[in-house]
Amino acid sequence: MKTNHKKTVKIPLTVDQKIKRRTFISFGTFLALGSGAFVGWKWLLNAPEETAGITAGARAPLRRALNKTELFFRNFFSNKHLVKTYPKEEAAKIPRINSLIGIEDDEDFDIATWKLQVKLNNQKNRYITIEEIKALPKTEIVYDFKCVEGWDEIQHWAGVKLSDFLTHFQLENEAEKQYMGLETPNGAYYVGLERESILHPQTLLAYEMNGKAISTEHGAPLRLIIPVKYGIKNLKRIGMMSFSNSRPKDYWAEQGYDYYSGL
Amino acid sequence: MKVIKEKHSLLMRWTHWVNFPVLAIMIWSGLFIYWANDAYGISIFGFTLIKFFPEWFYDYFHIPQRLAEGMAFHFLFMWFFFINGLLYVVYTVFSGAWRELLPNKNSFKEAWLVLLHDLHIRKTVPPQKKYNAAQRIAYSAIIFMGLGSVITGLAIYKPVQFYWICWLCGGYHFARILHFALTIGYVFFFLIHIVQVALAGWNNFRAVIAGFEVIEDQAQPKVQELTIETEDKDENKS
Repeated sequence: MKTNHKKTVKIPLTVDQKIKRRTFISFGTFLALGSGAFVGWKWLLNAPEETAGITAGARAPLRRALNKTELFFRNFFSNKHLVKTYPKEEAAKIPRINSLIGIEDDEDFDIATWKLQVKLNNQKNRYITIEEIKALPKTEIVYDFKCVEGWDEIQHWAGVKLSDFLTHFQLENEAEKQYMGLETPNGAYYVGLERESILHPQTLLAYEMNGKAISTEHGAPLRLIIPVKYGIKNLKRIGMMSFSNSRPKDYWAEQGYDYYSGL
Repeated sequence: MKVIKEKHSLLMRWTHWVNFPVLAIMIWSGLFIYWANDAYGISIFGFTLIKFFPEWFYDYFHIPQRLAEGMAFHFLFMWFFFINGLLYVVYTVFSGAWRELLPNKNSFKEAWLVLLHDLHIRKTVPPQKKYNAAQRIAYSAIIFMGLGSVITGLAIYKPVQFYWICWLCGGYHFARILHFALTIGYVFFFLIHIVQVALAGWNNFRAVIAGFEVIEDQAQPKVQELTIETEDKDENKS
């Protein structure tokens, strides 16, 4: 009876009632969604830091996002995409020194006895001298070195193509692995690089800067120049080279930076 | 008599309100990134007028030493910014809503009338459908600016893989400057937008949340009155 009664007296809403109703529903929804978004934002802002491992220092959800974003953008990577090069005259005469980690904190370092230590698949080490490296064909590059901080500088480097180096020293099997790790002799600075970037034709093991031997501050006797990465990956004074199928440890990835840091 | 008139589609309202916090987060995290190499300013004859940004500004917003954090936020929220913007553009193109948004041939002339009216120099209300001429220009511009931010952003983000985008933006340096300048543009847009919204009043604001406007219905009397007295026409318009 009651429902029947209701139906019969149901009259259309007046315009004012309609306005009130729609305004109420809309603003209610708006406030509810807005509050939800705010709670979500607070959650992200206060999200716990990731468990320290190969990467560290970032909020856990943001690190997951960085890694996912890396996978997406790696689809666009190609060894045919070359860094723009410049005439030598445009290169900085005194290239900027931004960081000396692994260099200034290593007082025992003796350049005369330096050898590049390469960890082989058979658990053995191979030691390569700078003379052996310099005997390989030299590749020069003048390009815009880009720092993660946002500055960039045209610099002139020369050395051996990393891909040439790997072939010459019969490290192809090692280079089959997905990652290369590099460390300074004292182990204070270290980077991890994926295979596709180390095989990029503009990636060098450099021993010359502006036509002269690299200075201590810039990573003598041998440093990495990898134009498809930010400066943080361009390790100075390479001491040890290793290969692995999982990400090698990486100094700045432990400080909250993106592991990939590719350009 | 009051009449409900539909104004903003649900999608337009949704993308508008999603964009607001997302853009705010992009600007905030962008400042963390910019701080690490805060090279820009405006100077005339070697005298620095404005430095982007003074120390007090950084300190007030707790900007310094947060580059890694800034990048992590920026590279997550860029997705939301892009997807939300794409949603709006696709909708606007396919729904035909672009007809009410993009400036037409009269808009640039009429925009002056809007400006003069807003500054209380002219009394006559400029013609208006959903948006007046100045709104058409401003709201179209902001969409193109958003597109500009995505493109210049990609140019800075992957200058090697997207070398052609970087080239299109006039190189790495210029892309970074554009990316920054667009952000300053958003801030100016926001300030003017807020003032305009406040001045336009409740009916206008409600439309961006509830979707409808309330107007005084003039349709029926208009037809009758028009035949008798044509002078009413101007009154009806206002």
